[in-house]
Amino acid sequence: MEPIADLDWLLTALVFAPLAGALLMALIPQEEEELHKRLAIAVSLITLGLGVYLFAIFDYDQAGALQQFVDWDWIEVIGAGYTMGVDGMSLPLIGLTVLVMPLVFIYSWNHIPSPGNAKAFLMLMLILETGMIGTFVAQDLILFFVFFEVVLLPMFFMIAVWGGEDRRYASLKFFLYTLFGSALMLLSFLALFFLTTDPATGEHTFNMLVLSDAAGDDIVRSTQLIIFGGMFIGFGVKVPMFPFHTWLPDAHTQAPTQGSVILAAVLLKLGTYGFIRIAIPMLPEAAEAWAPWIGLFAVIGIIYGALGCLAQTDMKRLIAFSSVAHMGFVMLGIATLTDFGINAAIFGMVAHGLITGMLFFIAGSVKERYHTLEIDRLGGMLVQAPKLGWILGFCAMASLGLPGLAGFWGEFPAILSAYNPAAGIPEETFRGYMVVAAIGTVLAAGYLLWLLQRTAMGEPPEEFADDPEITDVSAIEWIAWTPFLFLIVLFGVAPGLIFEITDPAVVESLNNCIQVGCETAGG
Amino acid sequence: MNALLAAALPLAAEAPTSVSSVTRDANWFLENVWIIPLLPALSFLAILFFGKRMPKKGAEIGIAAVGLAFVLAIITGFAWLDHRDNFDGPLAESPATGIEPAQGDKLEDPTASHEGDDEHAIAVVSEDGTSSADSVALTADPVDDGHGEEGHAYVAVQNSTQWFQSGGIEFSAGTLVDGLSVMMLFVVTIISLLVHIYSTDYVGGDRRYTHYFAFLSLFTASMLFFVVSDNVLQMIVGWELVGVCSFALIGHWWEEKPNSDAALKAFLTNRVGDVGLLVGMITLFFAAGGGKTFDTLSITNTINQGGVSHTALVVAAAALMAAVMSKSGQFLLHTWLPDAMAGPTPVSALIHAATMVVAGIYMVARLYPVFWEGMQIPGSSINLLATVGAVTLVGAGLLAFVQTDIKKVLAYSTVSQLGYMAMALGVGAWTAAVFHLFTHAFLKANLFLGSGSVAHAVHSFDMKKDMGGMRKFMPQTYKTFIIGSVALAGVFPFAGFWSKDEILTGTGGWGILGGTGGPGTYTFHLAMGMIGAALTAAYMTRCVYLTFHGEYRGNDHAHDDAHADDHADDHADDHAHGDPHESGPRILYPLYILSGFSIVIGFVNFPPGIALIPDGWHERFLHFVEPAGASYFPGVGHGTPSYSLAIISSLVAFAGFGLAYRYYFVKVDNLAKSTGQHLTELPNGLVTTRGWARAGHKVLVEKYYLDHLYTGIIAGGTKGPIAKAANWTNQHLIDEVVDTAGRTAVKTGQQVYARIDQGVIEGVINGSGRISDATGEELRRINSGKVQNYAAILFAGAALLAGAFIILLAL
Amino acid sequence: MILNQFLLLAAALFCIGVYGVLVRKNGMLVLMSVELILNAVNINLVAFGALTDDVGGEVFALFTIAVAAAEVGIGLAIVLLMYRNRRSIDLSEADLMKG
Repeated sequence: MEPIADLDWLLTALVFAPLAGALLMALIPQEEEELHKRLAIAVSLITLGLGVYLFAIFDYDQAGALQQFVDWDWIEVIGAGYTMGVDGMSLPLIGLTVLVMPLVFIYSWNHIPSPGNAKAFLMLMLILETGMIGTFVAQDLILFFVFFEVVLLPMFFMIAVWGGEDRRYASLKFFLYTLFGSALMLLSFLALFFLTTDPATGEHTFNMLVLSDAAGDDIVRSTQLIIFGGMFIGFGVKVPMFPFHTWLPDAHTQAPTQGSVILAAVLLKLGTYGFIRIAIPMLPEAAEAWAPWIGLFAVIGIIYGALGCLAQTDMKRLIAFSSVAHMGFVMLGIATLTDFGINAAIFGMVAHGLITGMLFFIAGSVKERYHTLEIDRLGGMLVQAPKLGWILGFCAMASLGLPGLAGFWGEFPAILSAYNPAAGIPEETFRGYMVVAAIGTVLAAGYLLWLLQRTAMGEPPEEFADDPEITDVSAIEWIAWTPFLFLIVLFGVAPGLIFEITDPAVVESLNNCIQVGCETAGG
Repeated sequence: MNALLAAALPLAAEAPTSVSSVTRDANWFLENVWIIPLLPALSFLAILFFGKRMPKKGAEIGIAAVGLAFVLAIITGFAWLDHRDNFDGPLAESPATGIEPAQGDKLEDPTASHEGDDEHAIAVVSEDGTSSADSVALTADPVDDGHGEEGHAYVAVQNSTQWFQSGGIEFSAGTLVDGLSVMMLFVVTIISLLVHIYSTDYVGGDRRYTHYFAFLSLFTASMLFFVVSDNVLQMIVGWELVGVCSFALIGHWWEEKPNSDAALKAFLTNRVGDVGLLVGMITLFFAAGGGKTFDTLSITNTINQGGVSHTALVVAAAALMAAVMSKSGQFLLHTWLPDAMAGPTPVSALIHAATMVVAGIYMVARLYPVFWEGMQIPGSSINLLATVGAVTLVGAGLLAFVQTDIKKVLAYSTVSQLGYMAMALGVGAWTAAVFHLFTHAFLKANLFLGSGSVAHAVHSFDMKKDMGGMRKFMPQTYKTFIIGSVALAGVFPFAGFWSKDEILTGTGGWGILGGTGGPGTYTFHLAMGMIGAALTAAYMTRCVYLTFHGEYRGNDHAHDDAHADDHADDHADDHAHGDPHESGPRILYPLYILSGFSIVIGFVNFPPGIALIPDGWHERFLHFVEPAGASYFPGVGHGTPSYSLAIISSLVAFAGFGLAYRYYFVKVDNLAKSTGQHLTELPNGLVTTRGWARAGHKVLVEKYYLDHLYTGIIAGGTKGPIAKAANWTNQHLIDEVVDTAGRTAVKTGQQVYARIDQGVIEGVINGSGRISDATGEELRRINSGKVQNYAAILFAGAALLAGAFIILLAL
Repeated sequence: MILNQFLLLAAALFCIGVYGVLVRKNGMLVLMSVELILNAVNINLVAFGALTDDVGGEVFALFTIAVAAAEVGIGLAIVLLMYRNRRSIDLSEADLMKG
């Protein structure tokens, strides 16, 4: 479908509004903490407003086409353009980002982690927001890469400065791991650039639209496989996919609450988004060849992540490991290369963002109250902080894929799609994956309920029995959390809200796949 | 193989497949049953948000909503009775929207030519050839006995709308009303209502009273949602939601670890079954739904028309079996159900006896063609479903003997009765299974609530320690409990007799004395059913004796340990000491109503051929519930009931009763009276004197060691060694690779730094620095600050330059 | 060769001047020696101007005399200030420019 140029300023404004806010904050002295907080909330709310406006003027009948499209020259020498656009695949993720960020800022109102310095902390998060939104709107590989990397530094500093005891190791691991992936990814991008020519101009291009249309036609199969492999590692690290996942538990555990929430809610989605936006449409043939392997790593991740969870003694680390399992479901959906599976994957991303983000919020609040996340020391939260305990129970239920809540629609359709993957992909293998993934849901229930039992149920342990610091959910927390809880229910009851946006775009992006012989589910 | 079977088999094949048995245009109440689950759902929200501020702490909202739902269910029931016999409205197109059956030639009905696959619209086909009169003729009930109205076609009412769509697959939401769902609506709403009323007394003053009622409402809503769902996806949703409510209610007193353990066990065991549910439903979706629709009727229609490969059905049926085994407590996965008794007793009555645990049975009944074909029910003599049911019914019946906790006796009894239902479905006695589900719901709710009434008085569930002689204190409870017990034991003419007899008939194993069976010849299962009947009578006798007869043993110990039990600490009220006394009216009236049902509810399905019953009273239940002749239901044959079987099975039950009576009421009672001790067992009984009996007893006490296997080996293994191994792999293998890479990089860096950077590059840089330093040091001596020195140098320089200039010129 | 004699005279004057600048400790004498150097240059300029019949030589000589006058003015002022500050015009004592 032809891209639709409507408002040429909107996406630019959306992407750079947080950055502008960060620059503005740079001019204000550090002592004005409250002003910084107000400003950060205001900026993120403005961004949210722009996002809402984007949603309002989005043409849902043409969700398969890129909208608000801009294509300006940027670095002409290397053929990189300032190309941006939004379609049904990126829209939900942009919505997730612009929604989560204000809530994180609101939560930061009285939760600036040690060693303080609200100014720097909030500025970093605003820069992060620019990077994340930018990644979701970029339609040029170089632009995409720049935004993808912009995300890296603020996160590194958030972990390295405001993190837990082992923050240096964790932040460095996070940084090096993702940088390693990015390097391979960049190599793949360059390979694509040099091996593809734009039929219109006869020149090499980084334009993602052109590259998707070309769908790797000019590239020999073996090269395609290698290029895809580079992207696989690059995006797979970010997802994170087994076996590239080990940075995640450390980063999550050490990161401040806000960092964990952003990491879980949005950052991990950059990787899966890369798969569906770049890797698969641009190299459908290689995707087909790689699919069984992606599926294999996905189901290993599901089981392995769940087993990892069962062995954890730290609440935050457990939740972090659960991300490995949940992203496994997302990757399984992607690996089927069917429109149904990829829709499920996008839904899974949004659902995981909301649910796991919320779980990290809870972990942060538990840490604040109990000063520990050691599961064995916790207990009886339902007695001392009943609302917090119930919210934990609710999120655990959502996370284990209870129907009626958002998690189910990420999980069940992914399992369903594995029964019938796209043509050219071995069916039997994927049916095996389906069963394994279904077994993963048992383990998910196991570790989540076990967590719930050990932290929330029972009588409070002696050391916390009369602790006056253990209070129930505060007003700020309610404000920050209510939208999460509401959306978890809303998307659970009305999954069509997301599926119907993503569907046309996914079908559109799989058109190339169909050309090389894959088919869609049920077809 | 008997003759009736031969007659039934062709029916299955010749069933008029082209005619749909569904309408979208019926009585308003049948079309809008979605209101019934909606009411308790709203009540859940209302109680959650406003419950604590209400004068009765939210109980009144729940009761009002469920009461209203009950009234609506009754109206819907009557509407269905009318609809079943008098419906002549338009039929909907074949529900298989957009599916090509494998054998397309079977679909030659003009309705099939309709291209307008409008999924929301009420597709009416009255204008073409399939006038309802024709379809009536085509779908005449194959087993009807010739009454005019009996010949009316069975037409289910479906009303669905698109929920959302994704990847070309439409997800619809809707309601399906036929006899089965109407029956379930009635059962769920009435028992839920009675349990609500009962609970206001039973859990009165509980610290989470409001939460309790909220979850009761949510459970009721989920269960109703489950039974009216018109597609398998919606069934999964309802299935899981009832599981969560069960989790929350079992763990209602989560302060004590055993309760939360039981809740976790229930949920996780059910999750294991859910793997089967997911896999089975997905298989059906692709194999029978064509990868397009989850619609139950489309799926069953397609299967009925033979459009699905046998392999797929075997896989689906086997996978769904796992779900049935977990949810409906069939053998191997039943272990959670007795533990679930950790919840409040009314919850046990509602969820773990009457409604939720029959969800598996309901699911099999709803998707019967899957099992009919997949398990090869017709024409065989053994299959997985029937055998699992048979093993369950005997295995659990034996376990009920060694329990000291009254609720656990009833729990194992429930497992055993669920085994009856599963076995009945497995042998092809569909109606018998559903009928047993129906009667069992009332009489087991009766028994559970009765046990709760006793426990409420003595603050314990332990029959041996804290009960005995209760008939003196609680005469009303005693009467209702006795009625429930005899009904459960299958004594004529109480409810259990009729349904159990029908199941035994349905096994088709009774060929000796005239009675012939249903679709297959399941002799082994008939035998197991007989044993089960004897066991039921015997363990209920034991339970009644230990609870209500003999001397009251509760005063032996001064209630100091009674508080260990669930809600006892919330009831430190006036009757905590002294003799127990009868419960209040909010507990008794539900008991009266339920025991009334336990007496009469069996009359709704008199077997044919009883001369004393007036014409038109026979097999009402079968007529209104079984979708005989409907295109989505296999042509199930029915056994012919025989007096001989009824009499023999009654005698067997009486034998069980007699043995237990002789042991407890005669021997133990006499010994207790003569010695003046409070005895519950004979001191020199078989278990103590015979080695084999002791071993058997031990196996039973240890519950066949299944819990050791599950909790200790499987769960413990996963949680312990396996998870630890995975974590170890993570930390020491995968992470080690990463860390080693990191360390190597750092080491390489250090080497590079030390050798190249510090050695070579630094050497050059530092060297140049040192040189300039030294030069400067030398030169600064010249810089004396004396102008004349400077001038001297200047002139010397000038002279040198001049000399050089001259030399250059000379060259 | 008339030019040679002029050049020899100028060279001699220049050398006397240089000797004075380098050797004398008295600031006044150094200034006078500088004047000798400048005048040696002037002689050269006039001589070459006459030889090439170019008036530029004379013009430059006059220009140098004017500059020299200004230079002597500044030089005397420096010597005067030096004397005021240090009560001495001995250049060997003035080493403030030492590096």
